[in-house]
Amino acid sequence: MLKKYIIFALIAVLGFYLASTFKAIPFGANRLGDLNNPETVSAFYLQKSPEDLHVANTITAIVVNFRGFDTLGEVTVLFLAVTGLMSILYRKEEEETEERLAIPSSSLVRTGAKILFPLILVLGIYVFVHGHLTPGGGFQGGAIIATGFLLMLITYKTFYTNHNVMTWLESIAGLGFVAAGLYGLIVYGSFLQNTAWTGNLNDLISGGLIPLIYIFIGIKVGTELTSVLDTLLNIKPRKK
Amino acid sequence: MSMILFLIVMVIIILAAAIYAILQKDLLYAVLATGVISVILSIFFYLLQAPDVAITEAAIGIALTTIIFIITIRNTTRDEDEYTDNHVEKFSKKK
Repeated sequence: MLKKYIIFALIAVLGFYLASTFKAIPFGANRLGDLNNPETVSAFYLQKSPEDLHVANTITAIVVNFRGFDTLGEVTVLFLAVTGLMSILYRKEEEETEERLAIPSSSLVRTGAKILFPLILVLGIYVFVHGHLTPGGGFQGGAIIATGFLLMLITYKTFYTNHNVMTWLESIAGLGFVAAGLYGLIVYGSFLQNTAWTGNLNDLISGGLIPLIYIFIGIKVGTELTSVLDTLLNIKPRKK
Repeated sequence: MSMILFLIVMVIIILAAAIYAILQKDLLYAVLATGVISVILSIFFYLLQAPDVAITEAAIGIALTTIIFIITIRNTTRDEDEYTDNHVEKFSKKK
């Protein structure tokens, strides 16, 4: 009985502090719309990203710079999901892989895949290198690269990805993202703070750390999704 | 006007594909129907001036998710009924 009262008291205290915290936030006030009012959030972003950061794509400026910490969280979520999947399904490579394809693909498919694969890779790299200029970015570019590898994996029996190379690329990309954040923390005093030098608007090398971080994210997402597909495809089909 | 007609047709196709994916017992066709949903969704994202999301939906929704589901179907069973019936029998025998 006493336990119940203590729990109720704790919930009441928690509720009181939550309510007093949320009371300070102006819910219902229009902070989003009205581009002419410089007090609103959208006007702030639309004005700041070309002027201060010299980034043409406002969405990239928000995702990597203004909300960069959220992006680090998203990358961590994907990393954890891939780690969990690999820890369950990954097998050593010496187990044979010829059961990957039930039916061998025709020579038309094989030749077409060979021609398309480098083009898809170049498109993916283009998308994440130009993330601050054109639509797209690290996640999109990484996913496109993974589809390119998927095409090769389901077309060729002999095509395989080197797991050591994948692991190293993925780790270096992840460490690079965190290092870019720590650079801002050490030099400018806040995590993921952009550099003072940001170049000119619409240049390829502009926006300070933003293109660098997006390249890291692209490599990370691409390698992670590719290893997931590789691992899934190398599971032996269930014997019927 | 033709644009509105196009959008209405697209919405009808999405709804039809979603209902088909739920009702279809052959899981391979159900997965392909979800792929159709992704195709039309990415067109919608593009028309709503969100090209970033359209690229993501095209790469992940159409290619990667569909393929992962197909690999899963290959490693389990293709027919919905067969799988559930076997397990219901096993479960009832244990009890």
